[in-house]
Amino acid sequence: MSKPASPIDYGAYPDARGHFGEFGGRFVSETLISALDELQEMYQRLKNDPEFQAAFDYDLAHYVGRPSPLYLAERLTAEAGGAKIWLKREDLNHTGAHKVNNTVGQALLAKHSGKGRVIAETGAGQHGVATATVAARLGLKCAVYMGAEDVKRQSPNVYRMKLLGAEVIPVESGSKTLKDAMNEAMRDWVTNVDDTFYIIGTVAGPHPYPQLVRDFNSVIGREARRQSQEQFGQLPDALVACVGGGSNAIGLFHPFLGDESVKMYGVEAGGDGLETGRHAAPLNDGVPGVLHGNRTYLMEDEDGQIIETHSVSAGLDYPGVGPEHAWLHDIGRVEYVTANDDEALTAFRTLTRAEGIIPALESSHAVAYGLKLAATMRPDQNIVVNLSGRGDKDIFTVAAIDGIEV
Amino acid sequence: MTEEQNRIDRRFAKLRSEGRKALVTYIVAGDGGLENTVDLMHQLVASGSDLIELGVPFSDPMAEGPVIQKGHERALEHKASLRKCLALVKEFRGKDADTPVILMGYYNPIEKMGGEVFADGLKEAGADGALTVDLPAEEAGPLNGLLSARNLRNIFLLTPTTSDARIKQITELASGFVYYVSLKGVTGAGHLDLDSVRENLARIRRHTELPLCVGFGIKDGASAKAVSADGDGAVVGSVLVSAVGESADGTEAKDRIGALVAEMRTALDS
Repeated sequence: MSKPASPIDYGAYPDARGHFGEFGGRFVSETLISALDELQEMYQRLKNDPEFQAAFDYDLAHYVGRPSPLYLAERLTAEAGGAKIWLKREDLNHTGAHKVNNTVGQALLAKHSGKGRVIAETGAGQHGVATATVAARLGLKCAVYMGAEDVKRQSPNVYRMKLLGAEVIPVESGSKTLKDAMNEAMRDWVTNVDDTFYIIGTVAGPHPYPQLVRDFNSVIGREARRQSQEQFGQLPDALVACVGGGSNAIGLFHPFLGDESVKMYGVEAGGDGLETGRHAAPLNDGVPGVLHGNRTYLMEDEDGQIIETHSVSAGLDYPGVGPEHAWLHDIGRVEYVTANDDEALTAFRTLTRAEGIIPALESSHAVAYGLKLAATMRPDQNIVVNLSGRGDKDIFTVAAIDGIEV
Repeated sequence: MTEEQNRIDRRFAKLRSEGRKALVTYIVAGDGGLENTVDLMHQLVASGSDLIELGVPFSDPMAEGPVIQKGHERALEHKASLRKCLALVKEFRGKDADTPVILMGYYNPIEKMGGEVFADGLKEAGADGALTVDLPAEEAGPLNGLLSARNLRNIFLLTPTTSDARIKQITELASGFVYYVSLKGVTGAGHLDLDSVRENLARIRRHTELPLCVGFGIKDGASAKAVSADGDGAVVGSVLVSAVGESADGTEAKDRIGALVAEMRTALDS
């Protein structure tokens, strides 16, 4: 589909009912509506409250360690042989990924709500760790739902959450991955809605979650915009970020959406390759549907049943995608591409050896596409790749692929 | 509503005139084998069910507790689908022209089929309405129009957390009957609070004349009778799905759900 003629006011989305074009909205059972109304009302009030914003900014600076650097990866750039590759170092945040930007924000909302318990779903465990972390800091009870498959794949993060005092609940239903963890977290929330705040980890779920998770992560793009101007005197020519649910990508992209010269690439998990069907790339090979409270692109069968996805990275192994990405895809503002498992693994090794930075397997998808893209561009051009998380949690997965026992 | 009555309206009118409460029963289509579902439906009726909610299995049944989740998973293993659910209703209608049947499920399979095809399919199969768990009033407008244009009923959930303003908004869209969810939680949960049910039914009653049926947390005749005291009926699901799941074959499933429904019928009529 082509871009509309008149400029879009991207800040005006979602509308009052949570729609980004035909996507988003609120598709949940009736029990949750009042809790979502309450959350929306509170968020609308607090997001323009200078005191709340000051508290958020303070936590980002002094607890998360922001701003995160924008780092010129010279040897990686040389490897690609084209545009300069700048890495937005979200891996240097406290807890090792961008996820904490959102959990710090939602923890402040939880505190305002007066609810004494937080819950979360997690795939790779990064959001679970980030939630357990802020819960520990605020003295809140915390339960994290995690697919039983992912509990096996990501044991270091499971233990980290337990050390932080969270209860980790393995989810045995369905495909035993992130989508099932989200189902189970929703069920918990329906049951304990009076005293529980649900900290969703990505820009999906029912309104207002896609909006507030985006807003909290937009600090990534705001910083990158300023740093680009400071460090190379102009806006980047292209942005690259991996997309599972899409929170790190929207966080980087959103402050640049109105800058027409900035091209944007969201990298979905190509798994074994789009042609095999074994992947997690709903924007490349899915159809619009309704799951987890919003309308978006999904991987489903001909009867509308959600199908199992595949990716080497647990954090991208999700059959849906945030509704704002679905919309940006349809209006053509962002191009959504894929990187396969093997490409991501190669990029993982390349970045580790070239720069001494071990990236998360999720972020390795962005690095893989960034390398490819840079090679097609001129040396005077600049690409910002979101290095959304560090790869310590993934060394066991990579070692297993190498046939090594760590 | 000025339109013609459908089976749901007729059934509730009849029950009201007899001073009886409705027994609404839920099973998952295809659970226990697609070839057994229609037999199970006839058994529900023979044992005293007034209205059947046929569950349409979905891969991600977010509002269900573990018992009904497993029912959905078993049904999907038997390759059940929305299309096949419609075929089952049609087959059921071959031997039962009177008992109202609604399809209860999630929105994605309907979205995939297309709202219009779904509404036509319901009509053609002889179903009487739909209850779509994750389609709240704000998003329900288009489907609601398609259903009412075909004299089909759109059943909505109301919960303890539904505000008065929303009760008004929802009951304006609702038809057939209103399904009151007796507790905050998923299907099959156990913490029934009868005082809260009574207060909330009274609150809902101020906004609508539609029959009010109470579900979630009903396990036997005694709890069915207790929750329906202030309403028009009780909805029972998890205990039936559990019985189907534990049965070795279709015959055992039929016997077990038959006994459960008969016990609840007796209690409701006592």
